[in-house]
Amino acid sequence: MAIDPGVLERHGLKPDEYDRIVSFMGREPNLTELGIFSVMWSEHCSYKSSRVHLKTLPTEGPQVLQGPGENAGAIDIGDGLAAVFKIESHNHPSFIEPYQGAATGVGGIIRDIFTMGARPIALMNSLRFGALHAPGARRLVEGVVAGIAGYGNSIGIPTVGGEIAFEPSYAGNPLVNVFCLGIARASDIIKGVASGVGNAVYYVGAKTGRDGIHGATMASAEFDDKSAEKRPAVQVGDPFMEKLLLEACLEVMQTDALVGIQDMGAAGLTCSTAEMGSRGGAGVEIDVALVPQRESGMTPYEIMLSESQERMLLVVKNGREAEVERIFEKWDLHAVRIGRVTDDGMLRVRARGTLVAEIPNRALTDEAPVYRRPMERPSYLVNVQRLDLDELGQRRLPASGDALLDLLASPTVASKQWVYRQYDHMVQTNTIGLPGLGAGVVRVKGTKHALALSLDGNGRYCYLDPRRGAMLAVAEAARNVACAGGRPLGATNCLNFGNPERPPIMWQFAQAVEGIGEACRALGVPITGGNVSLYNETDGRAIYPTPIIGIVGLLGDADRVLGRSFHAGDAVVLLGSGRGELGGSEYLKVVHDTVAGEPPAIDLGAERALQALVVDLAERALIRSAHDASDGGVAVALAECCFGTGGVGVDAALDGVAISSASRLNEAAALFGESASRVIVSTQPERLADVLARAAEAGVPAKAIGRTGGAAIRISVAGRAAIDLALADAEQVWMSAIEKHFEKRVA
Amino acid sequence: MKFAVVVFPGSNCDADAHYAVTHVLGESAAFVWHKDASLGGADVVILPGGFAHGDYLRTGAMARFSPIMAAVRDFADRGGPVLGICNGFQVLLEAGLLPGAMLRNRGLKFRCEHVHIRVEETDTPFTVRAARGQVLRIPIAHGEGNYFADPDTAARLEQNHQVVFRYTTADGVVTDEANPNGSVASIAGICSERRNVVGLMPHPERACEAALGSADGLVVFQSVVAWVTAGGAAARPVLQEQA
Repeated sequence: MAIDPGVLERHGLKPDEYDRIVSFMGREPNLTELGIFSVMWSEHCSYKSSRVHLKTLPTEGPQVLQGPGENAGAIDIGDGLAAVFKIESHNHPSFIEPYQGAATGVGGIIRDIFTMGARPIALMNSLRFGALHAPGARRLVEGVVAGIAGYGNSIGIPTVGGEIAFEPSYAGNPLVNVFCLGIARASDIIKGVASGVGNAVYYVGAKTGRDGIHGATMASAEFDDKSAEKRPAVQVGDPFMEKLLLEACLEVMQTDALVGIQDMGAAGLTCSTAEMGSRGGAGVEIDVALVPQRESGMTPYEIMLSESQERMLLVVKNGREAEVERIFEKWDLHAVRIGRVTDDGMLRVRARGTLVAEIPNRALTDEAPVYRRPMERPSYLVNVQRLDLDELGQRRLPASGDALLDLLASPTVASKQWVYRQYDHMVQTNTIGLPGLGAGVVRVKGTKHALALSLDGNGRYCYLDPRRGAMLAVAEAARNVACAGGRPLGATNCLNFGNPERPPIMWQFAQAVEGIGEACRALGVPITGGNVSLYNETDGRAIYPTPIIGIVGLLGDADRVLGRSFHAGDAVVLLGSGRGELGGSEYLKVVHDTVAGEPPAIDLGAERALQALVVDLAERALIRSAHDASDGGVAVALAECCFGTGGVGVDAALDGVAISSASRLNEAAALFGESASRVIVSTQPERLADVLARAAEAGVPAKAIGRTGGAAIRISVAGRAAIDLALADAEQVWMSAIEKHFEKRVA
Repeated sequence: MKFAVVVFPGSNCDADAHYAVTHVLGESAAFVWHKDASLGGADVVILPGGFAHGDYLRTGAMARFSPIMAAVRDFADRGGPVLGICNGFQVLLEAGLLPGAMLRNRGLKFRCEHVHIRVEETDTPFTVRAARGQVLRIPIAHGEGNYFADPDTAARLEQNHQVVFRYTTADGVVTDEANPNGSVASIAGICSERRNVVGLMPHPERACEAALGSADGLVVFQSVVAWVTAGGAAARPVLQEQA
């Protein structure tokens, strides 16, 4: 086939990129070579639009053992151990085939973790869907949740937490971001390198089929009404195969017979051979005829580009081959020698000995195009940031109790039990902070430590102000970790945006990355890796810019883990100060059907002091619960602290705020405003003075606002009764909102 | 005392059972690979939870053909205590070591949560230290835990007092709401006629430490330690009620 503009377009390559290929090669590439370039230079693999921005992120710190660039990042958690973690998106496949898209997303991130020599001990996910009642939403939600459950449950890694939000902007582009964390001996971390001339290159795992060819290219394009036709580009997952691979690889890694290992994820065999060679400064030569194949008649092009799941590429030390083969045999896996490491820096592909592709590794990796794409502040911002509170105050406002019930029934706020009950969140017996109650917490067996993990992001905030929204996401993730008693140590990010070739989208991206960088620097949590998902658009409409931040924190003493649940008879303290900020709030959206204003302000210094205080109080066992006030403000947070306690209510008095000429809106702002850097803690009454004194010492505003107990949620604002709801009624609304949407009892 | 934890490819609660036995109980335990032929002289055998062989066919349907199952059957035939947890219970059903079969949960979805089960019988190796009627708070995590037995078998199980655990409310009352998967007669666990083979869907090994939300499952393991220490089957008259 001649390479004409049509072929280039089908490969997602631009004419100038083709010229660049020709100049690297010194000749026209053949079709196999073009295919290899197209996946390696796709946005998904090359980060060509995002790279210049990502370089500005803070990635270093004394605790960082492995920063970005490897299969996953790693931080030192003491006792000679490392926490290895990363987040990745599987948005595009999940839209096309929700179950398999989500399942293979989970499979991919797990491989990234055990490839580093770490045993995976926790999964989390961050999901975004359109409005729950919108057509098709139910199919997507059910499929994605079942896919995550199907893979994670089977392989035996607990899904310990996550978050879900529903916004119309995700209707045509759901987000499925999956996170995995594993534990490795810090000295035994294994990398994805190929080195040592003559060392054998092994293929192990599932056979290669025609599934997923051009998955990476698909993930680098927008959707349109033909997207359903791309289903063959979505792969099918086999968690059992992956479980065998996981156990066998971890066993092989004990032997020190490995030079390097990498999973075949996006861009399959192509990416793993090129990246391993490039990292090791070596070349890799393989013969595709030796690759185990599921179908007959596969061409070298198809074998190199297949994204069949559950496959690994290994480089084995000379003379240790039999040992490695024996371990894989034990697990009924066949490690097949498909090539060797060379010294010439080339990716050389043969088919039964005949040369079919020969490309310098560096041309595929380090020399891939980098774009500094044009940016422009989006014009929509002027309108959406305007929020006339006096005008809003003139509207008919619901009673605050009714507004609270509406918020509790909002799918973004409501209990996600229907979701996480489908995930095995307890296997491995490390889960000491159950899902649905803030951060996920897993103990680290063999130590006194535990790790607190949180994923957070707020697309609405980022739509209104990407920079501040991203800062708020970092702050919230770290705050959730602190509320479990964990000291935030490291972060990973998944950046979900629209088409970067459009200047307003690129501006959103750059702003968000700046915000993440600033917040991570201020809070002392370096980014150790992550993933970028662009082109999240359908028919020209982009999603809300949605950076999702995952933060991992360390608890020195697992016994000091905190939950959010109240105990009867305790004093309730609000740390931080509320300014009644309603911009971008859940209240505006749910009660007023309005997405407008500026997201809450954030003072990162105050945030850091708050988090340090909460961790300190937790370590000293001075508080019995901690919960961050975010979606729905203090009123929703107080209600959540009462839920799941078996009927422990609260009676609290909040200060008033004055944001509007309408008193009812002022009341709503005090209750439902989403000012950042606030945490509700509870403490036994005899410790209250100590808590307040330590807060004063830390320079964190703190006020005793009430008592736990009783069977009601009672909140007053500026001395006037505002909310008085029976706890059981409120809890029923919160518990059933999502479940009743899905479940018709099958008796 | 020595426990054997059988590892099938796809087992994923093997390490949890091992941890509960060794770290919490302080007994010794060894993993036994499914291709092995011997249980290594174990006093107690645990078939752990997971997805043996991927469970792409019926749950447990492939595992019963593993070489180790012959040894497990011999061990059981000699009166040795065998505990099948979740997938291990499913394997025991498929292997014919326990009667009945598993269907998909009536809600058709995987469910992972703490439930309450009531101890119905205290003369099995795994319940001798529990009190009859004692309610345990223990997690379940399964998609196919809807225990089914035809009416004759179900009646025989009741007559022979082979129903060892039943799903109940926290107060120990059998209700439809407290039955998480639709099991016949709210059955959560049963034993063999000789009472030495016990299978249950809930995971006692996940409920052995307060930090995990409940330590109620510990009694299952403490029971078998007491039972074996007391001399096992020989030391206790086996309850036999004729139909």
